[in-house]
Amino acid sequence: MTAEIVGTYATSLFLLIGSGFALVGAIGLLKFNDSMSRMHAPTKVGTAGIGMLLLASIVHSSLLGETSIHELLIMAFLFVTAPISANFIAKVNIHQKACETPPDPPRDETWSTLNVPDSDPDPDPANQ
Amino acid sequence: MARAFHWLIPHPFLTLILAVVWTLLQNEISAGMVVFGIILGIIIPWATSVWWPDTPKAFKLRKMILYSFMVMWDILVANVQVAWIVLTVPNNKLKPAWIVIPLELRQPEAITVLAGTITLTPGTVSADLSDEGHSLLVHVLHTDDPDAVRDEIKTRYEAYLKEIFS
Repeated sequence: MTAEIVGTYATSLFLLIGSGFALVGAIGLLKFNDSMSRMHAPTKVGTAGIGMLLLASIVHSSLLGETSIHELLIMAFLFVTAPISANFIAKVNIHQKACETPPDPPRDETWSTLNVPDSDPDPDPANQ
Repeated sequence: MARAFHWLIPHPFLTLILAVVWTLLQNEISAGMVVFGIILGIIIPWATSVWWPDTPKAFKLRKMILYSFMVMWDILVANVQVAWIVLTVPNNKLKPAWIVIPLELRQPEAITVLAGTITLTPGTVSADLSDEGHSLLVHVLHTDDPDAVRDEIKTRYEAYLKEIFS
């Protein structure tokens, strides 16, 4: 077997695994009931899925003789930004009471998301 | 000399990262681009140093690299576990839970890394920090024993980060 054949098989394998993970992420998004559980599937399974697709891209490009490592950068940016978007979705859920109310923290007064000064007007007219 | 170096490059590590990221963005290595990356790496930390008042005093790079490899492995393993949960556990058997992690870490950088790690390892999402920063709120997708999850995060990640940032 030449390197070309091995590389082609490796590329296809990575593509298949990656798209499999992406599919599971999409299924999870549709399947679960409440928004907090829904958030888990796409934000996390997605990282492995996209990682595998980018790995396939690296292998394929080096196979064609135009080695490209751009993909590492995409992965790094994704790993840095994914927790932040997940954190914001969670905060929105807590605010909108779309999930069970979280237990109180043991040492401090409240969670920082719920720590709204009294002087702040509620932007939602339904609560006024 | 050391002071001049510190004045010019207050965050040597950030400088290095910026230069490497710039070179990667070009997707080819040429001397001009590397030099330009280094120039960016000097200007950007200098221009933003006002917003970095308390950089962590101690930081163990070697342990951090080991830590990131451990986290990457955990992400792979946990991805398979979550995929399995998504495909096999029916909705009414799913046991999501909030867990509260009392934090021993004090540095904001360390807490950020811990929260990011928790979110990236599938099955757990760090949702919020208490108002004084003493505990972390984490949502777990499916668990029979929330206390075990909390203890695992504390022993596996927080203890490691405490060593890195001390």
